[in-house]
Amino acid sequence: MTNTQTIQFPADTLEKVHEIIKRYPEGKQKSALLPVLHLAQAEWKWCSPEVMDYVASLLNIKPIEVYEVASFYTMFHLEPVGDHVIEYCRTGPCCLMGGVEVYDYLKTKLGIDTGETTTDGKFTIKEVECLAACGWGPVFQIREKYYMNLTTQKVDEIIEELSK
Amino acid sequence: MICEIKYNMKILTEHIDVQGIETIDVFRKHGGYAAVEKALKKMTPDEVTEEVKKSGIRGRGGAGFPMGMKWSFLAKPEGVPRYLVCNADESEPGTFKDHYLMMKSPHTLIEGMIVSSYALGANTSYIYIRGELMYVATILEKAIQEARDKGFLGKNILGSGYDLDLHVQLGGGAYICGEETALLESLEGKRGNPRNKPPFPAVKGGLWQCPTVVNNVESIATTAWIVNNGGDEYAKIGIGRSTGTKLISASGHIRKPGVYEIPLGITVEDFIYADEWCGGIRDGHKLKAVVAGGSSVPILPAELILKTTNGENRLMTYESLSDGGFATGTMLGSGGFVVMDETTCIVHNTLTFGRFYHHESCGQCSPCREGTGWMDKVLYRIEHGQGRQEDIDLLVDVAKKIEGNTICPLGDAAAWPVAAAIRHFRDEFEWHINHNLKIC
Repeated sequence: MTNTQTIQFPADTLEKVHEIIKRYPEGKQKSALLPVLHLAQAEWKWCSPEVMDYVASLLNIKPIEVYEVASFYTMFHLEPVGDHVIEYCRTGPCCLMGGVEVYDYLKTKLGIDTGETTTDGKFTIKEVECLAACGWGPVFQIREKYYMNLTTQKVDEIIEELSK
Repeated sequence: MICEIKYNMKILTEHIDVQGIETIDVFRKHGGYAAVEKALKKMTPDEVTEEVKKSGIRGRGGAGFPMGMKWSFLAKPEGVPRYLVCNADESEPGTFKDHYLMMKSPHTLIEGMIVSSYALGANTSYIYIRGELMYVATILEKAIQEARDKGFLGKNILGSGYDLDLHVQLGGGAYICGEETALLESLEGKRGNPRNKPPFPAVKGGLWQCPTVVNNVESIATTAWIVNNGGDEYAKIGIGRSTGTKLISASGHIRKPGVYEIPLGITVEDFIYADEWCGGIRDGHKLKAVVAGGSSVPILPAELILKTTNGENRLMTYESLSDGGFATGTMLGSGGFVVMDETTCIVHNTLTFGRFYHHESCGQCSPCREGTGWMDKVLYRIEHGQGRQEDIDLLVDVAKKIEGNTICPLGDAAAWPVAAAIRHFRDEFEWHINHNLKIC
């Protein structure tokens, strides 16, 4: 087993975890798994095996129960990622609004393809399915923020802002 | 305009653009939480349920199942908790209405959650929201805190003796969790694999095996208006079995993409061309096709979306959109209305949908897991100029073998758009294959 000693949420996040567990009946703390994985990813950027083992220990469930869940849901990164993970929507309505051109421009600008991270570790690009913002496409998401009605010019501005 | 609208009223979005409507004080100034006062102080839970039944409202998530009937299936054994879970896992391509409603007016949903939970006798309820919308989850949590501070949530709400805790749960990015039993699995901290039915969630196959009702955001939000105004009043809006208003997410090649609340029963033509809704096709272009109810419903070419084969104007109702069956009709579905002009490559659009379902299949049932993969691959090679003449019939064959052979409706949802694209635009697939190159 990996060493989980070095991985520990800060006190306020731990408190939040305990608050979340209280939302469910006693003994159903496994329900907190997805919310806690989100907290873990916010803390450590990606869900390494060590992080997942730590989450398992917090919820008193087996590590495999965390692995099988983290690998099912696309939002959890199972590989290291850059500081800013750009997740662009590749589904029909965004493509109708010129998404393919905008995303190609983004990839060329950053010099990476989907699934890759820039050498300076700043940006990772991922392609995702519909983000429920079809009328405001093309769309990508960076953490909790949505960037909508994208154009190549907007991409320039966003990347410049995030590169500072 | 072609049709006279009987009731051009807005139920969910009347005050949505009011400054500060996301705060409880402004929301209450515009009549918010009156339904909670009325239901908890003057009505029994069964009376609330009765009004919802009378309203005739059908589930707004896509399936269109009568909401009151779903509620009436809820088992109520003594000593067993019951749950209401709001399905805010809006993921059907083309659909963004719940996103819009929750982001702009979170209390509209919370008020509906309180009266619905009261009707069902649930003391703990959850709003399961797709993980990508975490900023909306934050908006909802803030609104829930405000409602709690004002005594609309928590113990002994408004002195009625009724207790309710309401929580927001984040998903992790999986379309399948919009299927109600997959959603419940996910809420239990598991992979989103749909469950076999029966047992149905309302009986004993629900959250932690307790009786559970799962309803869409828009359906639940509407119950507050129904409590205030009565089910009969709601049923006066719309036509026939398509009662009330519907939020339509309009996207694609239109002048004014966005979310519109329409009275069911306006014509499709008005919805696309009238200024109060989509405002017509973008400048200099003309209508080619529409996906009327989210990616899973059959695409229709312009002539069939505007008129039925009997020459009647097609209406925005469950019945009119499905007139002609899948041969010449479609479905209202979730109201994800995607409009395409003549520049659209149907093969490419179908590929994005095929790829979507392949990506989102949970992998439990072989026809869906394997079939969506094959459809994705075959569509990809046609789109990229490597298609073979027999590929078109192969796609139709695979779609047929998925349909009806899976635990949950994702299989059907994957099969229908591919089959419909070939049914109505076969020539475009043939063109790709014959010319060995992409059109666009």
